Amino acid sequence: MMHDNIDAVASWTPTNIVAQLLGGLSWVLIMSLAAPVQATPEILAAVDPPTADHSQFEQLQRDFANGREVTRACLDCHTEAGKQVRASIHWRWEYRHPQTGQLLGKQHVVNSFCNNVTTNLGRCTACHAGYGWDGPDFDFSDDSRVDCLVCHDTTGTYEKSPKRAGRVLQEPVKVHGHPLQPPDLGKVARNVGPTSSETCGSCHFFGGGGNGSKHGDLDTSLLDPPPALDVHMSDAGAGLECSDCHVERAHQIAGSRYQVAAHDRKGTGAPGQRRYAATCASCHGVEPHALGSDPAALYQGAKLNAHVDRIACQTCHIPAMARGGVATKTWWDWSKAGRLDADGNPIKRHDADGNLTYWTRWGEIEWGEDIEPDYRWFDGTMRYTLPDQTIDSSQSVPINRFAGHHDDPDARIWPFKMMRGKQPYDPVKDRLVYMQLFGKTEQAYWQGLEWQPAIASAMEAAGLPFSGEVGFTETRMAWPITHMVAPAEEALACGDCHAREGRMAELTGFYLPGRDSDPRLDRWAQLALGAALLAIGVHIGLRILFHRRRRYAE
Amino acid sequence: MTRTVVMFTGLERLWHWSQALLIILLLLTGFEVHGSYSLLGFGTAATLHVLAALALIVVWIFAIFWHLATGEWRQYAPTTRGLAAVVRFYLYGMFRGESHPFNPRPKRKHNPLQAASYLLFGVVISPLLWITGLLYLGIDLWSAPAGLPLAPVALIHVAAAYGAALFLLVHVYMITTGRTPTTHLKTMITGREESDEAARQPSQAVSSQARRGL
Repeated sequence: MMHDNIDAVASWTPTNIVAQLLGGLSWVLIMSLAAPVQATPEILAAVDPPTADHSQFEQLQRDFANGREVTRACLDCHTEAGKQVRASIHWRWEYRHPQTGQLLGKQHVVNSFCNNVTTNLGRCTACHAGYGWDGPDFDFSDDSRVDCLVCHDTTGTYEKSPKRAGRVLQEPVKVHGHPLQPPDLGKVARNVGPTSSETCGSCHFFGGGGNGSKHGDLDTSLLDPPPALDVHMSDAGAGLECSDCHVERAHQIAGSRYQVAAHDRKGTGAPGQRRYAATCASCHGVEPHALGSDPAALYQGAKLNAHVDRIACQTCHIPAMARGGVATKTWWDWSKAGRLDADGNPIKRHDADGNLTYWTRWGEIEWGEDIEPDYRWFDGTMRYTLPDQTIDSSQSVPINRFAGHHDDPDARIWPFKMMRGKQPYDPVKDRLVYMQLFGKTEQAYWQGLEWQPAIASAMEAAGLPFSGEVGFTETRMAWPITHMVAPAEEALACGDCHAREGRMAELTGFYLPGRDSDPRLDRWAQLALGAALLAIGVHIGLRILFHRRRRYAE
Repeated sequence: MTRTVVMFTGLERLWHWSQALLIILLLLTGFEVHGSYSLLGFGTAATLHVLAALALIVVWIFAIFWHLATGEWRQYAPTTRGLAAVVRFYLYGMFRGESHPFNPRPKRKHNPLQAASYLLFGVVISPLLWITGLLYLGIDLWSAPAGLPLAPVALIHVAAAYGAALFLLVHVYMITTGRTPTTHLKTMITGREESDEAARQPSQAVSSQARRGL
């Protein structure tokens, strides 16, 4: 009989069999949605052993009086190296943007730190990969002016003079309390090798006025970082150097802040192919999250891979900037510069951590450590506000700008350090200005502490008009954050963004689950639920009331 | 005269309770994903939500097949006959201690109000959740710029989920409106219902009815 059959079926189907079936089907469904697995890249072993031992080279068995003599010795064998370096942005400090046509590079842009290079050459060009760029007559075509050692030193003793346009240090000095010794150039030359985080960092860690000042994700904490700070550069992690990601081709280094590869769709390229790209995807591929072995992990891996399309890796995997114990500048107010104490002496104030918070030459500085980045849609193309463009000084002037929107397939959400501050501008022409800070002349601001001559001389040198009036405008500058990648388990959790007041709070124009809703829907629905609860409450009350009354009547 | 009838077979009860657990889990995790509260964390909630949804789809596929194969879908056929009496009972007669005007029997287990609400859940709320839920689950496949926007999918899904929550709330309360507050719950657990109506058809008759439905 049917009744028995049904009972039989019921007993033949214990809960665990059903559960197995459900689990199995879920698995199949997820598998069909899941993308192919992209393995975590194998960690690179030690650097390739070199085929040449420079300590045996005859040309190098001598003392060198200056850097150019060393370079000439290098060029004896590396005949094309000079030409290659001279074609690079490390040499030119100039970049014609292929998308916008803007002429950028340190030679031309204004920033919100020490503002500009061209009229502060001897100081700024201490970090030029060359010797002697201290004026407009510097010969960019001279191979012997290329500085090979600043990138290829392995001894850690190669010191350039801090204020002499990149020339090698000749006598011992103290810079901000650190004693520097002139190098033994012969020894440095006999020990050249590949670049390292030390050589790259000797300039890139110190931009913007000191260790960590500028970027927020580049400072000396990356020289020997724990894995929690930088899982790639830590010896306990992947043990990589800068050049493992910033691969080079003929001395052109991959990776640019003017044209950022904001959305790398190519990934690792063909097997064995080394791509000229510094993107995460160039090692990790475009589906970087492993698909786990159980349904939950499989779903999560597939879901995270689906995020790659819209979210830069850096957004989740760099949970905060300046995590290594070195602070970064967040605010620089030049309008407060120039104050002297009662005795007419310059003022220097530091915070508890020793960071400079006020200096007569600089103005007011604020610092931050372990900072949450700002998040923006970013298409990778940086546009700069140059001193020949009109600005709107009534609001914070963007030193650099970029496009990007949810509907732009080339854009992804990126983390940024937003550097803010106040800097001089021309209130008559409504333009940003160059300024001369450094130099032995009275016009230099750090000599005379007067803005008008410092700006007039800088604008004249650049061939740009200047009204003679000086105002201060608030500015902001966006620095894409891409270093200090944390281990996977310290990446942001879903709920850091998928929340009412999460990290994506400022990004609008798209529906973000966990954050967005239709308030009317929620209001009406909650009203309906509340009304139902109220009705239930009243109903229960009446039931109890009448029940008691009946019992009482009995 | 009382006798015990099998109102819900083991299979029906397994279906009901697995569905109940999954729906409660889905509501709990779903409204966390919606941002209504924070309980498990968004990632865990979203993962559980998806897994529970996939499991519920499997349950539903079985249940639909079972309903069609046995003809049990007729239980939800809407009718107005006796509806007024049932409404009157809940609003008035119940307080006076009257007995329920509808006598459930295996052939027709649900009173007209009940059947209508289950039908509403089965053919309006559930399909809305199914369709928008599957679109939501696969949104990465068709959302790409200029594709299907997430907002309407998510909002319809949320609206239907509010409907499901409302259904669940009322449903759970109505469980307590049996002869004693736990009568209905016991029936749903044991499958057996005490009946004092001598004229009731034996459960075997329903089975033959169901067989004809095949």
